[in-house]
Amino acid sequence: MDSGIKGAPLAAATASGAAGGAPFIRIEDVSKSFGSFQAVRNVSLQITKGEIFALLGGSGCGKTTLLRMLAGFETPTSGRIFIDGQDMTGIPAYERPVNMMFQSYALFPHMSVEKNIGYGLKHDRMTDAQRKDRVREMLDLVQLTPFAHRKPHQISGGQRQRVALARALARQPKLLLLDEPLAALDKKLREHTQFELTNIQHKTGVTFVVVTHDQEEAMILSDRMAVMDKGRVMQVGSPTDIYEFPDSRFVAGFIGSITFFEARVRSVSGATALVEVPAMQTCVTARAVPGLAEGALVTLALRPEKITLSRARPEAANAFSGVVHDLGYFGKDSLYKIALPDGTTVSVNSVNARRSGESGRVAVWEDAVWLSFEPDAAILLTA
Amino acid sequence: MNRRPTFLLTVLCFGFAFLYVPIVSMMVFSFNSSRLATIWGGFSTKWYGKLLENDQILAAAKLSVEIALISATLSTILGTMAGIALARFRRFRGRMMLSGMVTSPLIMPDVITGISLLIFFIMLKEYTGWPAQRGFTTVTLAHISISLTYVTTVIQSRLSQADLSIEEAAMDLGSRPWQVMKDITLPIIAPAILSGWLLAFTISLDDVVVTSFATGPGTTTLPILIWSKVKLGVTPDINALATIIVAVVAVAVLVTGIAVNRAERRRDRDARLAYQANE
Repeated sequence: MDSGIKGAPLAAATASGAAGGAPFIRIEDVSKSFGSFQAVRNVSLQITKGEIFALLGGSGCGKTTLLRMLAGFETPTSGRIFIDGQDMTGIPAYERPVNMMFQSYALFPHMSVEKNIGYGLKHDRMTDAQRKDRVREMLDLVQLTPFAHRKPHQISGGQRQRVALARALARQPKLLLLDEPLAALDKKLREHTQFELTNIQHKTGVTFVVVTHDQEEAMILSDRMAVMDKGRVMQVGSPTDIYEFPDSRFVAGFIGSITFFEARVRSVSGATALVEVPAMQTCVTARAVPGLAEGALVTLALRPEKITLSRARPEAANAFSGVVHDLGYFGKDSLYKIALPDGTTVSVNSVNARRSGESGRVAVWEDAVWLSFEPDAAILLTA
Repeated sequence: MNRRPTFLLTVLCFGFAFLYVPIVSMMVFSFNSSRLATIWGGFSTKWYGKLLENDQILAAAKLSVEIALISATLSTILGTMAGIALARFRRFRGRMMLSGMVTSPLIMPDVITGISLLIFFIMLKEYTGWPAQRGFTTVTLAHISISLTYVTTVIQSRLSQADLSIEEAAMDLGSRPWQVMKDITLPIIAPAILSGWLLAFTISLDDVVVTSFATGPGTTTLPILIWSKVKLGVTPDINALATIIVAVVAVAVLVTGIAVNRAERRRDRDARLAYQANE
């Protein structure tokens, strides 16, 4: 095992954020089959040192299998994984510079909090005093010093999660894997823990790979993420990239809510494209994407918060009309369901910026309304 | 609405009576001063005294305990290994066969197990010259083979309930497989190992059928001795012996029961306190 992860005090760990040029983790064309089931198909990813990288997808999309291959619990059927330039093929889990925080936390029930955190250190060449210091340092990091002598069943769920984190970080891994780190916590604790995780990552500088099915969790935690479906990586990018510039219907639909329209390309001129949308009974301009051809069928996607609602016909270039079919009041905003003449339903979010109550609504049931959006807000999808 | 509890209570009483009246009557008659097992002749503890003077019974009891200790320990070791293999290695060649073979003795009649062991020992002697004589060794081996099933089942079911990721976590933290076994798996299944051992011990201690096939001249375990004595008529000293056995078993069960109960209650209380303090 590399000596770099052994014994060095926490402060010596690399400062976070300083993303170097060469990829720290390279996943090269990795596939994994269980019998006839292909869990992971030809995945290639590059993860930079010190970043929080999320693997996002529904259940059965292969994200957990990919994580377990990084940890060494599963062997790729084909392809290779490199961590810090070292080929991981044939290296068992106990010799990898990788630690994992399990979804169930997997704390050792017969050991105290302190013993749990110190367990991995007994394999490292260090004196007892160093080991004790390290455990104390980790207890301090996750603010569990008063609970050092408790057993796992004597602490709360949130504390268990922190023990699991401290235990996984104690050996100063080059890579920390987190399997659904927040899934077992209640809503209030999640929000707190999300920021705490980011905080700890910044303090330690360890590269995090987080597996999650929760898009919000991935958005908040990660620097970059990969959206997976049926064993394949659909798109890799920053949370903003993925949300604002999805490049497939799957990714656009998986993250946030969105309305899809069938459209046909009329013309492309520089950065914008003119497309005809039958459901809107008009032509609209949208930000052009690579691969548009005149006359081709594409999908136009609109997010609810990017659409403006008004009674009178707006000045904006992209405007179309419909009838309020349904509406829901959520306090800070309202969600409108607008029915278009051809029966398509469009979701529109409208922020309740003024304190106006029922009477201040833009529209109520069965009102005829105009919808408009900026060309930049429309997403064109060719896939 | 009062009828159902009455009915249930009656059934309950009958059930308990069915289970315990024979045992209680046996215990009562062990204090009978009369020689005749079924006629009450006044209270006496003389049969207990006689029992202590009976070298034959004491020797048989000692032999039974020795065989039970050895066979329980060996079958616990073997059963733990088999249980771990079956619970942890999901896919390996011959898993189905091993699983079937380990559990089939549960439904195999004792007589058949006994006969097959007898034939096996005779053949073994013919070809290898060992064991030269049926006795202590063959009885111990026979007991291991019948109690192994139970130990394996107990260990396997405990392990299949346990969270597999705990072992993975230990491996992830740098422990080799044998260290995982020592640090994590064995401590977690320790209660199951203990109860498996106790089960094997009691199975060995009270077995008559298989033992009678596997034993040879001069090796008389307690159940075999009682069995052969009873054939000549139930005597009060056998009642006394049985009463002692029942008392010992009852105390052991009570003590373990209380200990387990207490540990569970403490655990619950700790967990509750932890939540109250932190939520």
